[in-house]
Amino acid sequence: MGRLETREAPALIAEIRTATAHVEQPTIDLAGVAEVDGGFLALLRADLAARNVRADVRGGERLGALVDLYRGDVRPLSRKARSPEELLCHVGRAAVIDVGHLTSILAFTGQLAIAAVRVVRRPRRGHWSELPYLVERAGADAVPIVLVINFLIGFVLGYMAARALSMFGANIYVSDLVGIGMTRQLGPLMTAVILCGRSGAAYTTELGAMKVDEEIDALRTLGLEPFGWLVMPRLLALLVALPALTLLADIVGMCGGLVVAVTSLGLTPRGYFNELRSTLTPWDVESGVILSLAFALAIGLIACEQGFAASGGPQGVGQRTTSAVVTSLFAIVVLDACITVLYRAYGLS
Amino acid sequence: MRCEAVASRLPGPAGAAVEVRDLTIGRGDVTLVEGITFSVPRGEIFAILGGSGSGKSTLLRYLVGLETPMKGEIDVAGRGPPDLDAGLPPFGVMFQGGALFGSMTVLENVTLPLEEWTDLPIADVDVIASAKLELVGLASAADQLPAQISGGMTKRAAIARALALDPPIVFFDEPGAGLDPVTALEIDNLILTLARSSNLTVLMVTHELASIFRIADRCLLLDRSSKRVLAIGDPRALRVSDEPRIREFFNPPSKGTERP
Ligand SMILES: Nc1ncnc2c1ncn2[C@@H]1O[C@H](COP(=O)(O)OP(=O)(O)O)[C@@H](O)[C@H]1O
Ligand SMILES: [Mg+2]
Repeated sequence: MGRLETREAPALIAEIRTATAHVEQPTIDLAGVAEVDGGFLALLRADLAARNVRADVRGGERLGALVDLYRGDVRPLSRKARSPEELLCHVGRAAVIDVGHLTSILAFTGQLAIAAVRVVRRPRRGHWSELPYLVERAGADAVPIVLVINFLIGFVLGYMAARALSMFGANIYVSDLVGIGMTRQLGPLMTAVILCGRSGAAYTTELGAMKVDEEIDALRTLGLEPFGWLVMPRLLALLVALPALTLLADIVGMCGGLVVAVTSLGLTPRGYFNELRSTLTPWDVESGVILSLAFALAIGLIACEQGFAASGGPQGVGQRTTSAVVTSLFAIVVLDACITVLYRAYGLS
Repeated sequence: MRCEAVASRLPGPAGAAVEVRDLTIGRGDVTLVEGITFSVPRGEIFAILGGSGSGKSTLLRYLVGLETPMKGEIDVAGRGPPDLDAGLPPFGVMFQGGALFGSMTVLENVTLPLEEWTDLPIADVDVIASAKLELVGLASAADQLPAQISGGMTKRAAIARALALDPPIVFFDEPGAGLDPVTALEIDNLILTLARSSNLTVLMVTHELASIFRIADRCLLLDRSSKRVLAIGDPRALRVSDEPRIREFFNPPSKGTERP
């Protein structure tokens, strides 16, 4: 005989079963077989065990050792059940996890504050030489995408305004709408969303990889402070980059509006900018920058907290990255709403 | 180097380098081993042994202060429990996976502790770091990033980093695993020389029986199934122990499958 292959095992084992059906203690001699697959032996053993047949399987001189490897009663181990959760359960659990993040982020902020005291006492505990590089990566590298997106946002805003305003012959006010809309809300918001996806996700992945590779533990055993070394430079980089990018966003957004004003509302650039200058107040821009500072803090804290919380290899890091981005987006929108309400409440609007 | 800083890191003349009393270790809620008690005098090479998953790496995490004991006491260098927030620890650590900083070259990984904890001029820092890399035979890979070198090289770079500040105690997690026999022998000899000539205390996790018999003064054998310390003592004595499980660990059945 040739090779007993796993693929053909069910058929062969069925044959063996019928052939030995009435034998008390059958002897299955494989000595005449040239080769046999391990999978075949496992299936044979399992079949004998399932039927409670005490068979004597022999491999002869050559295959004996291989047959002995599969000597015990082979029974299938039970698989871990992984049925998909009920949709509602899943949604509920996801919501609970998001709320759970809030407490862990607060705890993280507390630890950061304690570490900050240590770092202030001994500034060497921070890795400040990395800061310029981090600012460059979070800020300068994001300039093109921030420019394109905010230009288009200003452009779209201009078009929406144009339709309504031209009905009243109030074309000139398109610059007010775009100007205030960009500086107060859309500039900070869109830029924060971009940085959340670019830098926030990158920070979680980097720190998460460092965590699962025990690099963060290694840092600690060298007497260095992971917060000062990794978290604070990243937070600072975002606190510098995000407001700066927001200012850029404000400007290109207004340029987007200008294109609409000139091409479809018949305004001159000079008229557009004169109107802007007469209505935009410094506070419009400042309030947006304050928003962006709050967004930067939220993105940085959430991204670093999730990175530090990563465990369980690449998959764990991926999960943390997803959850960092989702949580940050949520935090950005909630902060936006809260701060805007606060501005109004204190008569700053 | 700042002599007073180094002197203050040395344990007192009589004190043990590492002292552990009735320690329970675990991961999360799972208890791995209970009632660990041992004491390592200065200058000893102490091996931590056990089957895979028995908690050897976890024990090291407790000894260096990365985990807080649920029960039991640890004293390192006569300074009480290790406190990683209190400045430079009196030990160097090599993690099982190396844990080199991925954004830094091999050389930068070794210079980092020197730059952070000494006031030496950068040229001197480079000299010391290069010498440490030379010790582990990695001078030629100084400018490589961790992602560009093999597992065995990563281990050796991590040993160099752990030795950078000449700590009085080192914790090595499987320094010989994944190394070719020649390099493994060199690392063993390095450890032996440092322990004998500079009174370095070495606690190392290892699987290599040859290495244990060659350099370990004493060893600790963890057992996963009974969650206990199976044995402590001279490996050469434990090899002929009356307890079959201990004897088995030191004399693995070779089944006579060696080729003629
Ligand atoms: N990061 C981790 N999180 C949770 N459990 C872990 C982790 N690493 C290891 N363990 C568990 O702890 C046990 C001991 O692991 P470890 O100390 O790494 O063993 P050893 O180094 O002796 O091979 C293992 O059985 C494993 O299940
Ligand atoms: Mg281990």
